[in-house]
Amino acid sequence: MATLEIKDLHVSVDTEDGPKEILKGVNLTIRDGETHAIMGPNGSGKSTLAYSIAGHPKYHVTSGSVTLDGIDVLAMTVDERARAGLFLAMQYPVEVPGVSVTNFLRTAKTAIDGEAPKLRTWVKEVNAAMDRVKMDTAFATRNVNEGFSGGEKKRHEIVQLELLDPKVAVLDETDSGLDIDALKIVSEGVNRFKQNGDKGVLLITHYTRILRYITPDFVHVFVNGQVAEEGGPELADELEANGYDRFVSAAV
Amino acid sequence: MGQEVSLDVSSHLHPAGSFDLADHPVPTGMEEIWRFTPLKRLRGLHDSAPFVDGAVAVKVEASPDVVVEHLAADAAVRGISGLVPTDRISARAWDAATGVTVVRIPTEVVAAGPTVVRHIGSGSDTASAAHTVIVAEKFSRATVVLDFEGSATLADNVEILLDDGAELTVVSLQDWADDAVHQSTQHARVGRDATLKHVSVSFGGDLVRHDATAEFSGPGGSVEMLGMYFADEGQHIEHRLFVDHTAPRTKSNVVYKGALQGQGAHTVWIGNVLIRKIAEGIETYEENRNLVLTDGCRADSVPNLEIETGEIEGAGHASATGRFDDEQLFYLRSRGIEEFEARRLVVHGFFHDLIRRIGVESLESKLAETVEAELSKNVLKAL
Ligand SMILES: Nc1ncnc2c1ncn2[C@@H]1O[C@H](COP(=O)(O)OP(=O)(O)O)[C@@H](O)[C@H]1O
Ligand SMILES: [Mg+2]
Repeated sequence: MATLEIKDLHVSVDTEDGPKEILKGVNLTIRDGETHAIMGPNGSGKSTLAYSIAGHPKYHVTSGSVTLDGIDVLAMTVDERARAGLFLAMQYPVEVPGVSVTNFLRTAKTAIDGEAPKLRTWVKEVNAAMDRVKMDTAFATRNVNEGFSGGEKKRHEIVQLELLDPKVAVLDETDSGLDIDALKIVSEGVNRFKQNGDKGVLLITHYTRILRYITPDFVHVFVNGQVAEEGGPELADELEANGYDRFVSAAV
Repeated sequence: MGQEVSLDVSSHLHPAGSFDLADHPVPTGMEEIWRFTPLKRLRGLHDSAPFVDGAVAVKVEASPDVVVEHLAADAAVRGISGLVPTDRISARAWDAATGVTVVRIPTEVVAAGPTVVRHIGSGSDTASAAHTVIVAEKFSRATVVLDFEGSATLADNVEILLDDGAELTVVSLQDWADDAVHQSTQHARVGRDATLKHVSVSFGGDLVRHDATAEFSGPGGSVEMLGMYFADEGQHIEHRLFVDHTAPRTKSNVVYKGALQGQGAHTVWIGNVLIRKIAEGIETYEENRNLVLTDGCRADSVPNLEIETGEIEGAGHASATGRFDDEQLFYLRSRGIEEFEARRLVVHGFFHDLIRRIGVESLESKLAETVEAELSKNVLKAL
C-alpha cells in the first residue's frame, strides 16, 4: 500500500555558469499497484527525476513536493527514503571497491528491516534471488559492481529490488544496454516484484522494447524537464511508430 | 658519459651514505629528505639527544626453526645488508646501538610460523637506539614481524638480507602509543631469484618516519612493498621508499594506502624507484592512495621514477588523494544504509584488498580491527 505523489517539482543542478534548472514542474502520482512508464529522449531529465526522488545531493529541489503516503520525502535523508520504502535501480550502478556483494546485501537488508536477517534462510534467499536472474552465485564474494559487465550490474540491481522489497521502485533505464535474453530476465524480475503486493513502479526508459514484457498502466512522455503528454499503453505504440519528434518540436 | 649521468641521478634520488657522523650535519629542514618532517617534534633524534639503554625492551617470539641471537654491537653481522646511513638519525642510531638482534632463517628451512620481534617502549623521555638484522639463507621461507609498541623515542636500523631463492615477508608494525617518536631505517638486499615482501603498517605514534630501501644483488629478484597507515589529529606519519633496481630482470611493486582524519593529521609518502643502466628487463609499479576523511588533514604523495635504460618490461606509478566518493556513499545510502555505516564500509573497502595482500593470517583480523578502532575515534563521531 503506497502512493508516491510528485507535485510541481522543480530541480536544478550547479554548473560553472550557476544553477541550471532541469526539472521544470513535474506532476506525477503513482498509486498502489500501478506501473508508470516514463519515456523521453536523452537529456530530457529522466535521471534527474529519479535521482531527485532518491535524494542525490547533486540535485537541488527549488520548489514542489514529493510525498510517500502523504509523508514528505524531500525532508528525509537518502537512507531514510530507502527505509521508508523507495528504491532506485540506477542507470549506472556504482562500484564499491573492497565491499563484497554479500556484505553489502546483508548490511542493506539489516538497515531496511531494522534487524539482521536470519543467517541460514538469508543465504538461501540471496542465492535464490541470484539464480532467478541467472547470476552466478560466485558474484556474492566479488566486490560490489566491480568488474561487472553492464548487464551484470543491471541484474544485480534486480537482485537488490527483490531482496529489499520496497513499496515503490524507480527503475532508471534498467533496460538499456541489455540483450534480449537479459531484458527478459530483468523484466521477469520486475514482474515478480509487482506480484509481491501492491507495488508502485516508475519505469524510466528510452525505448519501447521493455514495455512488451512489463505492461504499463500509464505512459508519460517526458520532454525538457516536464511531462509533455500522458496516456495508456497505446501512447508507447505511437512513440514506437513515430519517435519523439512531435513532442520535442512542440516543447521548443 | 652515461655512467656520470647515472651517478648524478642516483645521488639525486638518494644521498650518498656514510658511517661518519661528521658527514651528516644537523638538518635545518630545508634539505630534500627533511622538508616534510617537523624537526622540532623529533626530540633531538636528528641533533644530539643522548641515547640511553633501557627504555625499549626487545622480546622475540621465534618460530622453533628460526635462530635468534642477541649479539654485541661489534658483531660482524652488522652491515651485512649493505646499509649505509643516509641521514643523521640513522648514523646516530648506528653509533649508539649497544647490541644487535639477529634473526636467521637457516638454508632451506620453511619456518613453521611467524617470528615476532617486539620492541616495547616504557617511556619517551629518553632516546633509544636499536639494531636488527634479518638473514634469510638460501631457499628459506619465513615471516618476521617487527612489532613496535608502547611509549618511546626510538631510532633504529633494520637490515634485511635475502640469499638466493629465499622468500621472506617482513612486517613492520608501528603500533605505538600516542606520544611515541620513531625513525626506522630499513634496508634490504635481495639475492638472485629471491622474493621479499616488505610490509609497513603505521597507526600509532606522534611522529613516525619510516625509511625503507631495497636493492638487488643478483638477477631475478622480486620486491613487493606494501604499506598501510592511519593518521589521526596531530599525527605525522612519513614513509620514504626507495627501490634501487641494481640487477637485470628484477621486479618491484609498491602499494601504500593511507587514511587521514582530524586537525593536523599529516602523512608523507615518497616513492623513489631507480632503474640502473644494468637493470634491463625489469618491471616496476608503485602506487599510493590516500583517503582524506575530515577537514584539516594533509597528505603529501611524491612518486619518482628514474629510468636509465630503455630496455625494460614495464614501469609505472600512480598517486591519488581524495575524499569519500559521493557516488559510493549515495549508492550505499540509497539501499537504506545509514551514513556512518556507509562511510565505515567504504573505509574498510579501501583497505580490504591491501590487507588481503599482506597475507599474514594472524595479522588480518588485527588490522581490520585497528581500522575499526581508528574509525570510531573520529569519523563516526563527526557525524
Ligand atoms: N552537473 C550538471 N551540469 C550541467 N548539466 C547537467 C548536469 N547534470 C545533468 N545535466 C543536464 O541535465 C539534463 C538532463 O540530464 P538527465 O537527467 O541525465 O537526462 P536523461 O536521463 O533524460 O538522459 C541534460 O541536459 C544534462 O546535460
Ligand atoms: Mg538518464
